[in-house]
Amino acid sequence: MAINVQGLTAHACRDLLASREVSSTELTQAYLDRIDEVDGRIQAYLLVDREGALEAAAAVDAKAPDQRKPWEGVPIALKDVLCTKGLETTCASRILKGYVPPYDATVVAKLRQAGLVFLGKLNMDEFAMGSSTENSAYQVTRNPWDCDRVPGGSSGGSAACVAASEAPWALGTDTGGSIRQPASFCGVTGLKPTYGAVSRYGLIAFASSLDQIGPLTRNTKDAAALLDLIAGRDPLDSTSTGLNEPAGIPTRGDLEGLRFGVVSELTGEACDPGVREVFQSAVDAIESVGGVCEPVSLPSVERGVAAYYLIAPSEASSNLARFDGVRYGHRSKHAEDLYEMYIHTRSEGFGAEVKRRIMIGTYALSAGYYDAYYAQAQRTRTLIIKDFEEVFRRFDYVISPTAPSVAFKIGEKVSDPLAMYLNDLCTIPVSLAALPGISIPAGFSAGMPVGLQIVGPHFSEHGILNAAHAVEQRLALDLVPPLEEVCG
Amino acid sequence: MISREEVEHVARLARLHFDDEELVRLQPELSGILDYVQQLSELDLSGLEPTSYAVALKNVLRADVPWEGLTNEEAMSNAPDDERGQFAVPRIG
Repeated sequence: MAINVQGLTAHACRDLLASREVSSTELTQAYLDRIDEVDGRIQAYLLVDREGALEAAAAVDAKAPDQRKPWEGVPIALKDVLCTKGLETTCASRILKGYVPPYDATVVAKLRQAGLVFLGKLNMDEFAMGSSTENSAYQVTRNPWDCDRVPGGSSGGSAACVAASEAPWALGTDTGGSIRQPASFCGVTGLKPTYGAVSRYGLIAFASSLDQIGPLTRNTKDAAALLDLIAGRDPLDSTSTGLNEPAGIPTRGDLEGLRFGVVSELTGEACDPGVREVFQSAVDAIESVGGVCEPVSLPSVERGVAAYYLIAPSEASSNLARFDGVRYGHRSKHAEDLYEMYIHTRSEGFGAEVKRRIMIGTYALSAGYYDAYYAQAQRTRTLIIKDFEEVFRRFDYVISPTAPSVAFKIGEKVSDPLAMYLNDLCTIPVSLAALPGISIPAGFSAGMPVGLQIVGPHFSEHGILNAAHAVEQRLALDLVPPLEEVCG
Repeated sequence: MISREEVEHVARLARLHFDDEELVRLQPELSGILDYVQQLSELDLSGLEPTSYAVALKNVLRADVPWEGLTNEEAMSNAPDDERGQFAVPRIG
């Protein structure tokens, strides 16, 4: 049977396999064919593991279906920041070129155990530092809704891959918005779980107090299913706690009795007019199914970007100290002694943005500046947490646009780091407070997708997904990009 | 404005090297970012404890049970240079 994978959800894949109409090998081959057809234009994949994927699919086909493993044989793709045993993992950096992890990240092990088929590894901003995926050392990923535009970042490969149906779903990671912002730019659903819901073991660290792994999918049902597959406490990550209750399958169709705070600081002048218009239509949709929306002020969120660009680079400067050319990855050939080897290895191996953040972090943590910068940023973080706590006494969820603009043109912001950072205005405060946040497509502005961000208290994933599901059902958007027209 | 000397000092701390052309670009970029984050110094945050982890965790303990780690061969499999099962590096200083 010929399979058209365009627009196919993971749930639809599962149903096809369960009906025995299609084998996992046929389904996997259909996705590999799709990748062959479109990835030359989209450039979402850094590595396509044809052999491994077909082998895993054949193994599923060769045995009797396992009732405890409903997702067996369904393909998935992974952001290249996740360690995959025996499969090159580069973080889109030259410094990790050729690195083949000897172990699986916990999320990868869980998906392997559940029988999923890995199609390959997805492009990203180097070490997840960026908002456009232009900081990849290897290639520029394109937005499937307009190939002259960025897919967002840092999980731009994951978002573009799902939007272009090069995989039914994908894993990304989010430190300050790296799942939600690309989801918004590419018209897909992206969920950043509560900090601790998902183990970070085998996720190559950027900022350890913020990093979380989460799903990028075509709808809220797939996001919930994928979250439940990867969530859980892990002895290998002592900061992991798992979820209090499973996400379940969202079914909610109305929002009766729920109160949504509309964050004033993130919805006014901060956003482009086109984004504001689509956001207002999402507010109308929420109200039309019974939700109550009221403006709420969260003054501290305006300091979020400043606090984040001290905290995240500080943690990064420490985490990236491990890339020294001794144990893995690139080692410079132009060094007489050990000290020179460190310096040349790192200077040759890291890209400009990574170096910039290491410099900011090192400066902020250096003697004499620690209190003025890092400690002050951490106090600001406390302030943001308290502001959210206050708001959640009066509201069930807070909402805003996911990003202040639609996807921008490739090259538009590469020479202005600060302009790039401000793109994460709406998502960063949520990360600093360790809250769960989802971005779902809310509509289009001049043909480009606009995302709605729904944020809830810690461990409210079940609720967020159900609320998002109700909005998704009400909006009923067509989310298959006309690739032939826009990327011909 | 962060001075060129400060940029070079921080680069040494971070084990990075920048040539002249890179330094000319980096100095104003870093200054711009530091000027932006400087806004935090205007806030009165006295009385607020700094947050390092936003989800409160008590001590996380586990039983001290040995398990299989990586073999020496696996651990060394990505080594740029090795000798007798150990990482080899250029001479020190």
